[in-house]
Amino acid sequence: MAEIALEGITKRYPDGYEAVKDMNLEIADGEFVILVGPSGCGKSTALRMIAGLEDITEGELRIGDAVVNQMAPKDRDIAMVFQNYALYPHMSVRENMAFPLKLAGASQDEIKAKVDEAAKILDLTQHLERRPANLSGGQRQRVAMGRAIVRDPKAFLMDEPLSNLDAKLRVQMRTEVARLQNELGTTTVYVTHDQTEAMTLGDRVAVMRAGVLQQVGTPAELYASPRNLFVAGFIGSPAMNFMPARIADGTAELPFGEVALSDGARERLAGRSELVAGVRPESFEDAALVADERERGHVFRAKIDLVESMGSELYAYFKFEGERVHSADLDDLAADVGAEDLPSSGEGQVVARLDAQSKVARGDEAELWVDSSKLHFFDPQSGEALGN
Amino acid sequence: MLERSSREYTLWTVGLIVIIAVALFPVLWIVALSFKDPATIADGRLIPAEWTFDNYRLLFDGGFDSPLLRPLINSILIALISTTIAITLAAFTAYAIARLEFPGKLAILAGALAIAMFPPISTVGPLFDMWRTFGIYDTYVGLIIPYLTFSLPLAIYILVAFFREIPWDLEQAAAVDGATPLQAFRKVIVPLAAPGMFTAAILVFIFCWNDFVFAISLTSSDASRTVPAALAFFTGESQFTEPTGNIAAAAALVTIPIIIFVLLFQRRIVAGLTSGAVKG
Repeated sequence: MAEIALEGITKRYPDGYEAVKDMNLEIADGEFVILVGPSGCGKSTALRMIAGLEDITEGELRIGDAVVNQMAPKDRDIAMVFQNYALYPHMSVRENMAFPLKLAGASQDEIKAKVDEAAKILDLTQHLERRPANLSGGQRQRVAMGRAIVRDPKAFLMDEPLSNLDAKLRVQMRTEVARLQNELGTTTVYVTHDQTEAMTLGDRVAVMRAGVLQQVGTPAELYASPRNLFVAGFIGSPAMNFMPARIADGTAELPFGEVALSDGARERLAGRSELVAGVRPESFEDAALVADERERGHVFRAKIDLVESMGSELYAYFKFEGERVHSADLDDLAADVGAEDLPSSGEGQVVARLDAQSKVARGDEAELWVDSSKLHFFDPQSGEALGN
Repeated sequence: MLERSSREYTLWTVGLIVIIAVALFPVLWIVALSFKDPATIADGRLIPAEWTFDNYRLLFDGGFDSPLLRPLINSILIALISTTIAITLAAFTAYAIARLEFPGKLAILAGALAIAMFPPISTVGPLFDMWRTFGIYDTYVGLIIPYLTFSLPLAIYILVAFFREIPWDLEQAAAVDGATPLQAFRKVIVPLAAPGMFTAAILVFIFCWNDFVFAISLTSSDASRTVPAALAFFTGESQFTEPTGNIAAAAALVTIPIIIFVLLFQRRIVAGLTSGAVKG
């Protein structure tokens, strides 16, 4: 068990490309930290620098109290779970899990005991003599984790371990990983591009984008107080809705009407005129179902284009009039999802999450309510959050 | 639909039989010759009229000095030693080429290809001179060196292709598990590249075993003469008889180790050895 500290970590390739830019992160002993971000944001590179599989161009990396920049991976006493498992195909499951222990020179009895114990924790006992080729994806993933836990290392590094599993299995294995980390209490750094995994697994989550750390905090902090447009749009599913807002005389003019600003908000936004406003789908509701909180929000009408029923809730899609918001951050978010070429991404489409009991249907001119205390405001140029 | 495929099937079978017959006929002929009495050697019949084992017996007449025994031993030892050294060197080279980027990588590969295409016969003259000067003429070393030179390129190319197929992740996993690069190579990569190693080994062995050019030029006695060259020095029963039967018997015998070698290693060339290592 040990703390991991990244100070000013930078990864620069010979052609000048910087995959990780001046990253500062402190991971406490026993903490479960998630690095999350879109493809190419540098999270895997950062993880591999911690493992020692990539050289660190600038900065200092400490595991425990030792500076380990120059230390070979095998001396760092960390265990890694790879995205595509990297199991040794010519060895049985038992031999796979025993490999690190054999290299460390452990005795036969010790090896057997540790492998059996790890197999029991991961429910692999009946598969010990089989080869990886004969195992399912989930089983292979557990073997990969078993190989990591037999060593009882200072830290686990996991590089998108669940991304190759199908959806249902992924949910199941997620709880396995959480339970395991809880039981063993080992410091864990976990890389994923799936924000759901990030929110559910991490003690703290670090959002990265283009090599730069955007924000580090607990899932709740990131959800409620995103520091910029990118984090706001990345965390939460469905994503936050963004729309242009004009501030005048202590009110915010939004496409669906004027909303009075609280005193605190009025102060923070003084002197601003054109902003980007963000509203999470969860902040909407069917006006017919809102009784007590009506005053806290704003009621408006909207023509519903589409309703998706999930059983437990409804997602209602509608458009607002007027120009859509333009921002480099939003374009990046769309590109990350792959939605930049979709026709619908060009218009100001809003998705609202409504209670399952709502009677709203497609084509309706529905009356919706939005919680105006849950509005986020962002600077259109820098993307910085300006308070709710 | 069924008709067409059964017609294709027949055509393919006939074609294969023709090819196999054409390829094996000379071998059968030689085996037949080896059992023929010297008098009936030229009778042009596939099945000998009179069977005799004299041709074979003559080969090993005289114990250690028999015409075939020492050359056979030389052939086996030289081919085995050359193969072992070639595969070891080629494995390290191919691993470096497959995994690392370094200046001169392309030059090495191009150079290897150029050497492989070079006509061996044109090196015989200079080698004869050089070996006599260095004192390794008519020795094992004198043959092993040119064999290595001309078989390494082939071995390197085969092994590079095989090493490229092995996922890079496995070495990284081994590195994180505590292995030095050499340990990772020995315990993880080599077992997985085994099909490639055995393929290359077979090809190198056959090259060394069958070589005639170097064997005849760089040897002068049974100290290091290999079988192909020894065959050229067979004498018949008298000044006027051709040792055709003896040569045929020797040729037939000499094919056997090769067949054993290939059969042994052929089963090791199993594809799909790396399945299950990584996803996909």
